[in-house]
Amino acid sequence: MSAALLTLEGLVIDIPGRAAGMALDFPVLPGQCWGLLGPNGAGKTTLLHTLAGLRRPRAGRVLLDGADLHRVPRRRVAQRLGLVFQDHYDGFPSTVLETALIGRHPFLRAWNMETAEDHDLARRALRQMDLAALAGRQVQTLSGGERQRLALATLLTQDPPLWLLDEPTNHLDLHHQVAVLDLVHQEVAAQRRGAVLALHDLNLAATYCTHLVLMYPDGGMCWGLTEEIFHVQALERLFQQKLAVMDTPQGTWVRPVPGA
Amino acid sequence: MTAALRPRPAHSPLMVLGTLGIVAALSVLTSVMLGSVPLSPGEVRAVFLGQGSDLARMLILDLRLPRTLAAFATGGLLAVAGALMQVLLRNPLADPYVLGISGGAAVGALLAMISGLGLAWVSGSAFAGALLSTLIVFGLAHGTGSWTPTRLLLTGVVVAAGWGAVITFLLAVRPSPELPGMLYWLMGDLAHARGNALPWLTLFVIIALALPLGRSLNVLARGPLQAAVLGVPVRRLEWTVYLLAALVTAVAVTTAGTIGFVGLIIPHMLRLVIGNDQRLLLPASALAGGILLTLADTLARTIIAPEQLPVGVITAMLGVPVFLFLLYRSRT
Repeated sequence: MSAALLTLEGLVIDIPGRAAGMALDFPVLPGQCWGLLGPNGAGKTTLLHTLAGLRRPRAGRVLLDGADLHRVPRRRVAQRLGLVFQDHYDGFPSTVLETALIGRHPFLRAWNMETAEDHDLARRALRQMDLAALAGRQVQTLSGGERQRLALATLLTQDPPLWLLDEPTNHLDLHHQVAVLDLVHQEVAAQRRGAVLALHDLNLAATYCTHLVLMYPDGGMCWGLTEEIFHVQALERLFQQKLAVMDTPQGTWVRPVPGA
Repeated sequence: MTAALRPRPAHSPLMVLGTLGIVAALSVLTSVMLGSVPLSPGEVRAVFLGQGSDLARMLILDLRLPRTLAAFATGGLLAVAGALMQVLLRNPLADPYVLGISGGAAVGALLAMISGLGLAWVSGSAFAGALLSTLIVFGLAHGTGSWTPTRLLLTGVVVAAGWGAVITFLLAVRPSPELPGMLYWLMGDLAHARGNALPWLTLFVIIALALPLGRSLNVLARGPLQAAVLGVPVRRLEWTVYLLAALVTAVAVTTAGTIGFVGLIIPHMLRLVIGNDQRLLLPASALAGGILLTLADTLARTIIAPEQLPVGVITAMLGVPVFLFLLYRSRT
């Protein structure tokens, strides 16, 4: 068995105003894709930020390659994991290519300029995200979906072994939703990466994730292999929403029942 | 391919800085030529070659050149201070004058002057004032998580008004024969700034310190969380930049009083042309700020000659419209 990229050890996320939640205890191994499911405010973003070391947990700890995440220098952390945020902030003018290139920051020394190789990495990432034609465009002129793909291209340029994605399909059209999750799937399976992603689409989560974490608003947590966790009763309780189930050759599909 | 899709031409740093360097030299030349007794380029050249008449030598070497060099360095410092604060606050409206940092430095400097302390004390006291003001503004404007432009500007404006009141109070309780001079100095005046190496030294040091931070600042401009994820030690970098910006403002204020808006106009104009890469923007700001203040001071010396205007009046006339335009455009 390969070493864990990230290990959650008795991890309780810190959500202000919430009584202590359940502790999470599992490793994220290469080749695994963990999906976080839960209603708004359940703490999906907080968990991702805690896993990236941006927030301290209320209890327990996160181990990165076996060392306490908060003791690892930020630069080293950035070489091992990347996080795509839900929102993107562009206060100053910057081109699409420049924005993708910031992904190389953790690998460059203070006096280094980006090399031709870094530019190649960024351009390849833009091609993978269908953004090659927009390389010279100002970020502020991009549509929501294009901006989201650019955030993913920045992560591809950073190229860390662990990917943390906060609603990566946000703003994306159907084709790009599938394209992005296909890419995550391929990278996780073929490149032996690990991924943790917050998702809202249950069927996409069931299709692409090897493991799921169900996050309840009261702090309850439930995690395991997708086929063991993805049950309609659990999902109905999670979202307080009646669901209809269709068994198809591709697996179980769920959809919300209107008005119920 | 439409215009919007065409990549913006890349600006080679050498070309940008070279062009600005040439314009800088021309602005200095203009400044030493113009005045109550205009000099020709030939006369200036003669003086620099160690010849020329006694009058021309005195005008250039004793009067105009020291003042011009002080103006240039001060303008560079103010522009760099503005550029640094804009990255810190992720807001193009940030400027040491608008945010009340200059006001704090002025109070500090004034207290030391009234107490009859020496130049080193004046500078140190100005730095303390600038630092205090920075802490107040940045501390209070930091609401829940991020700086909103409204909160930031309101804090800055109120703090600036407070310092203004303190200055008036100080001048009222300790009326001195130098009062008119002090008032001019507070409006931004280069008449007494000469033969002082401190602003130049600070300018070189700040550029040398800020350049290796350039790429980290580029990432910081995209928000503290994004920067942290990309490996920037955000807290440490922010404190470093706070200190540098306060130091630069303090030196500029001790040299030439509170000159407004240079830190606002220059980085904004440059960003339109060369983008927001701090590794180029900071040295370019230093040069362009120097050019702007050199020309503004030349104007201030000559426009109502033989009387002189405080140069702060000229920069305010240029800066206020730019500020209002930026504010108007950011109304979304």
